[in-house]
Amino acid sequence: MNLSAMFLTLVPLVVFLPVAGLLVNLVFGGRLGEKAVGAIASTASGLAFVVSVLLAYAVWIGNGVTVVVPFADWIQIGALNVPWAFRVDTLSVTMMLVVSGVGTLIHVYAIGYMHEDVRYKNDLGRYRRFFVYLNLFIALMMVLVSGDSYLMLFVGWEGVGLCSYLLIGFWFEKDTLGRASLANAQAAKKAMIANRIGDFGFLLASFTMFWAFKSLTFDTVFAQSAQVAPGVVLAITLFLLIGVTGKSAQLPLYVWLPDAMAGPTPVSALIHAATMVTAGVYLVARSAPLYSVVPAAQTTVALVGGVTALFAATIAVGQYDIKKVLAYSTISQLGFMVAAVGMGAYVAGMFHLVTHAFFKALLFLSAGSVILGMERGHHHLAHGEPGGEGEAAFDPNDMRNMGGLRKQMPATFWVYLAGTLALAGIVPWAGFWSKDEILAEALQRFPAVFWLLTAAAFFTAFYMGRQIWMVFFGEPRHAAAGHAEESPKVILVPLIILAVLATLGGAFNLPVPGVNFLTDWLGHTIAGVEAGSFNFLVAGLSTVLALLAIALSWFLYGRKPLEAGEKDPLQRLLGPVFTIFERKYWVDEAYAAVLINRYVDLARFLAEVIDARFWHDWFHDTVIAGTYQWLSRTVLSQGLDVHGIDAFFNGLGELTKRASAGLRRVQNGFVRSYALAVLAGIVIIIGYLILK
Amino acid sequence: MTNAVPLSYYLGISGLLFALGILGVLIRRNPLIIFMSIELMLNGANLAFLAFSNAFHVLTGQIFVFFVMTVAAAEVAVGLALIVVIFRTKHNIDVDVLNSLKG
Repeated sequence: MNLSAMFLTLVPLVVFLPVAGLLVNLVFGGRLGEKAVGAIASTASGLAFVVSVLLAYAVWIGNGVTVVVPFADWIQIGALNVPWAFRVDTLSVTMMLVVSGVGTLIHVYAIGYMHEDVRYKNDLGRYRRFFVYLNLFIALMMVLVSGDSYLMLFVGWEGVGLCSYLLIGFWFEKDTLGRASLANAQAAKKAMIANRIGDFGFLLASFTMFWAFKSLTFDTVFAQSAQVAPGVVLAITLFLLIGVTGKSAQLPLYVWLPDAMAGPTPVSALIHAATMVTAGVYLVARSAPLYSVVPAAQTTVALVGGVTALFAATIAVGQYDIKKVLAYSTISQLGFMVAAVGMGAYVAGMFHLVTHAFFKALLFLSAGSVILGMERGHHHLAHGEPGGEGEAAFDPNDMRNMGGLRKQMPATFWVYLAGTLALAGIVPWAGFWSKDEILAEALQRFPAVFWLLTAAAFFTAFYMGRQIWMVFFGEPRHAAAGHAEESPKVILVPLIILAVLATLGGAFNLPVPGVNFLTDWLGHTIAGVEAGSFNFLVAGLSTVLALLAIALSWFLYGRKPLEAGEKDPLQRLLGPVFTIFERKYWVDEAYAAVLINRYVDLARFLAEVIDARFWHDWFHDTVIAGTYQWLSRTVLSQGLDVHGIDAFFNGLGELTKRASAGLRRVQNGFVRSYALAVLAGIVIIIGYLILK
Repeated sequence: MTNAVPLSYYLGISGLLFALGILGVLIRRNPLIIFMSIELMLNGANLAFLAFSNAFHVLTGQIFVFFVMTVAAAEVAVGLALIVVIFRTKHNIDVDVLNSLKG
């Protein structure tokens, strides 16, 4: 057995190392203290990354070989046979590297970020719980990307959804301003429900697949994809698309992702930007052999992605919450990826997935650093315990409270700038190369989507420029921003590593033959991948648009910084259009009016009329309880018990009483009559003896 | 002494005595008379014992008579004592008045 084959057998460890980490923390974490809990969780995730690197090495040595490592039997019912097998190929290894690599950095960052929660109500349990969930997420995400069948993928898919729910609602007892409220718990519930709708699509796809192919294993399904009616494959791929819109926050199910920002910032970075939400992109890339059979499905996916990209980018322009801007940006960028994999540009989509994981994780984490700095500044002012008396409701996320943070938080500023340039698509940051590849492919394959994405890219550069000017330049608009402090090293080091990756990540796939590593790498797994050609026209157009957008943002927000309490300059410029962006097209309100309230009405009708009045009051109380009461009271109690059993025993008693009353008269106290009775008895006995 | 008187005569007198005793017990209300009647019954029985003893030449009957007489004497002693006590509490010894043990 050579070395690389040995490495391949290590693949179950990518799942079981994080599981081991969470078990150790679960059992011993309470006694080990803050540092140890964070270190154990980070080590578990880091070791998973090491295993992923070994796997990548093995696959690379094997020239992009696809290996299926059987692990355990899972389901064997009739024709359905689903083993738990790990699939190691270039696509899954890429995902594993991203998940464990970015995940480990975020674990380290979270050690610093969650410090406030260490002594929450004198209980380390809350801090430990965070890292247990985080490790659980890494493990389940690994199940998702390493599964060899749609069902195994679905296990991970549901599992990461669960972790997402648990972590969005991590601070379940308050809202984002720290007030006692159900808001965070409701955000978690919203994410769960929106994802459930998507998962329903995934399940339908799986059922159809099993019906058509009698298997859920990737290879078996793909081998038959061309042999069944195209309508079946179309149904499967469109059902899968519903799942993608749920998990990857695309139209129309994206509404949960902005609310998911209620979770701690490391969670937003890890789950709701870098890894879990890209599962949909991975799913489409993985199902490439299915999608390539049905162009109609590809068109639909690409259009959903393109429209979402533009739609979300415009909303991001009108947001004030630093994390909400990034959340809508994530939806928009996911739209880029979904559009890319929908058009068949799988490598471009995956490339953007990787670079996006770097720079969006970076942006979220530095936004978290900004929020921490604001909170520290605020505590400094309040001279009180965090969350204690004397602390007015204050939103550390609101960019209108910020300003001038460049001076207080220089390190955070520089890494944030790197992330911004990467996201805006400026040469030579990572985002430029991956986005440009998507744009170039779109121009070739689907011009309508190209224009959608180009417009989205313009808005992207604009809202990021707006954010930089509002957060880091000008003068502090709130005293807390003036007293903001830089974050500790444990937070800054992961940021710097991510900033380097966001800056140089484009080198993974430069659009030049020979150095387009990712294309070659993924080409081993995804059939029919062509090296993208560098289109100077597209690159030039997008760069010019990005620079133009940044210049526009400077003109509006940088030239004359926003004053405290001042209206957004864009509002003066666009008027009601800005209000539409700010209010997010009233999608939440529309969903509430059209779907949710109707559903609540239906639920209320069912509860109050069907359940309470009909079922409870009438059926249970009148029919069932009434019948039983009649039976028990009238038939059994009155009829049988009182007139039957009672009467019998009372009669028995009465009989005894009367008999004894009669017999009592015999005992009359006259001795002579007793003597007579004795005489009579003797006479009878003797008479009997004589006459016998 | 010869067997001038046949056994049945003795037994007849014995039965007559016993019947008179029973009659006395049942009819009379004075406990002293009742005691006497009981003595009469016992002596009726004694006469039967003696008659059989004499007729069959067995001494057992005569020994038994002694026992009966002893028991009768003891019975009378106890009975008279009871009567005295009853008279002290009730000032009356009529057996028909002493019926407080009726049901």
